[in-house]
Formats: sequence, structure tokens, C-alpha cells
Amino acid sequence: MKSVIIGSGVLAVAVGLGVYTWQTTTAASDPCGNTTVAGAAIGGPFELVSETGETVTDTDVITKPTLVYFGYTFCPDVCPLDSMRNAIAADILADQGVDIGTVFISVDPARDTPQVVGDFTDNFHADMIGLTGSPDQVRAASQAYKTYYRAVEGDPEYYLVDHSTQTYLMFPNTGFATFFRRDTPAEQVADITACFAGQLG
Amino acid sequence: MKTTFLASLALLAIATTATADSAISVSDARAFETAPSAMAGGGFLTITNTGASDDTLIAVLADFPRVELHTTAFENDIARMVHVDTIPVPAGETVTLAPGGLHVMFMGLKGKPLTAGDTIAATLVFEQAGEMAVTFDIVKRDMAGHSH
Repeated sequence: MKSVIIGSGVLAVAVGLGVYTWQTTTAASDPCGNTTVAGAAIGGPFELVSETGETVTDTDVITKPTLVYFGYTFCPDVCPLDSMRNAIAADILADQGVDIGTVFISVDPARDTPQVVGDFTDNFHADMIGLTGSPDQVRAASQAYKTYYRAVEGDPEYYLVDHSTQTYLMFPNTGFATFFRRDTPAEQVADITACFAGQLG
Repeated sequence: MKTTFLASLALLAIATTATADSAISVSDARAFETAPSAMAGGGFLTITNTGASDDTLIAVLADFPRVELHTTAFENDIARMVHVDTIPVPAGETVTLAPGGLHVMFMGLKGKPLTAGDTIAATLVFEQAGEMAVTFDIVKRDMAGHSH
């Protein structure tokens, strides 16, 4: 698990530098602020359970440029903030005529039933897709996206879950494009997503 | 002249607060609305200690199965929610419980979600100042809550 954490940090720095470069120059080679270090190993096939209880795969869910976030609904602070940021970015892009999806994948399958996840995502955006699954399904999806999560042992009902907070920008055919740290403002998420959509969409 | 007058008014307002019974004052107590099936919600507020001695928030009491003080720690983009036993409020300082950091966690909502427009009656318990009633306004989540 340690290697995953360190990997995330390195990637975050790399992407941060990429964004910085993109903002301060007009680098023709990387107009969206992407970096080659990001690699293609993030993402891939997954099988999860939708808000209506149906089994869905990545190809069912990622049908357009999509912001993918892993969290849990018991989280009253960070996950809502990040989900709201992604929802706002989607609204900004909708105003510009760019249609993107937003996905929230639970890393707390024990408590996050399809209905709970559906209620949670509806709170942020009518179109936000909430996914959960069996512990194995969630673990597989999280590993595919190189995210970290760990339920903190202690209380069986009110336990907390440590988890990664980055949001991934995924495309239906080409997969991973870039990711956003949680302190990236919605406007910047929208700008960079629009840039990638123009290139890849 | 106008500026001076307004400044005087502001000072007056502060002075009024400071002469209250307790050296502790609380403002901007709010919680965000939650989804219908949510199990937990976060509460936020600003605590100011205008007194000469340090104080500590040791508990928040409210009508939920469990209420805890938490903070969020970030390490390499991983969020860890951490339970804190107390929140120090040093003399002359203001402590802000804000999204992304310290917060009150109202747990065990169980079919009684936090609804915008409603309020949560709670009691803050300070080591020195004792108990203080506070009302959390439940508000809709908007850009104002995302101030990074």
C-alpha cells in the first residue's frame, strides 16, 4: 500500500507541474497540461452495481468524457466538497456545450447500498452516477484506478474510511486522460476537461 | 468622516459581544443539507475567545445517536478523517471549523436527513466557559462551501 501512496504523490506533483506549465506558457506540445508521466495504466475494465441495483461495466458508465471519483457517503466533509466541485465543473461545461459525465464510486460497500449511493449523488447533480458493489468488485475497481482506501477499524457502525481524493478524467475509447487534485477549482477542472474533450472527444 | 463613523459602529458591535457573560463567542454555525438516506452530516462554526485565558471545546451535545469532533488530514492526496477529543481555543484567538478541516460530525441520521431551512439545536461544552447553546442553520451546499 505504501508504494501506491508514494506513486500518487509523484503523479500529483507531475500533474501539478503540468498544469502550472499549461497555465504559464502556451506549450504547443501539451496544450491541456497533460504529462507523459501519467501513463496509461490507470483505469480499465470494472464491474460494479448501479443506483438501481444492476451490474454495470466501465463501457456502460463511461460513454463520454467522465470525471471519476472514489469516496464514501458517510464522509460528511471531503467527499461532498469534491463531488460538488465535479458537479459544478460539469455544469460549467454544459453551459459551454460540452457534455461530460460525473461518477462517484463508493469504497464503502458495506454501508453504501445502491439506494444510498443514488441519494448521495442526486444531492449534487441529477446526472451524477453513483456506483457501489461487492467488496471484491469495489476493490478491483479501486485497484484499476490506483486509488487507496482503508476502513479505519473500531466502530462497526460509525467507522471512517481513509481514501484517495483525486478525480480522474476518463474517455470512452482512450481511457485515462489526466487527474485533478481536490484543490483544483471547478473552473480549472472545466477548462482542462474541455481542452481534452476538444482533442479526444 | 463616514468611514470613521462606520468603524465606530463596528467597534461598538465587537464591544457588545465582548461584554457578554462568557469570553467565548460563537458565530456562523451551519450544517449542509444531506441526502435522504445519509448517515452523517457535518457541522461548522467559528469560535472566538476574547478572554485572557485559554479554553478548550471538549464536547458538542445534540440529539443524534453520536456526535463527534473530527478533523481531516491530507497526506499525498489521501484524506484521513481523524477523531479529535478536544479543540483548543487559546486566549484572544479565533478557531474556525470549516469544510476540509475541523468539523462537528452528526452521526446516525437514519432516515432523518438534514434539510435546508431546518436547524440543529446543540450545546457546546467548554472546559472553562461551560455550556453554551448554539443553533446550527442547515443550508444548501453551494460554491460558498468550496472555498479552496
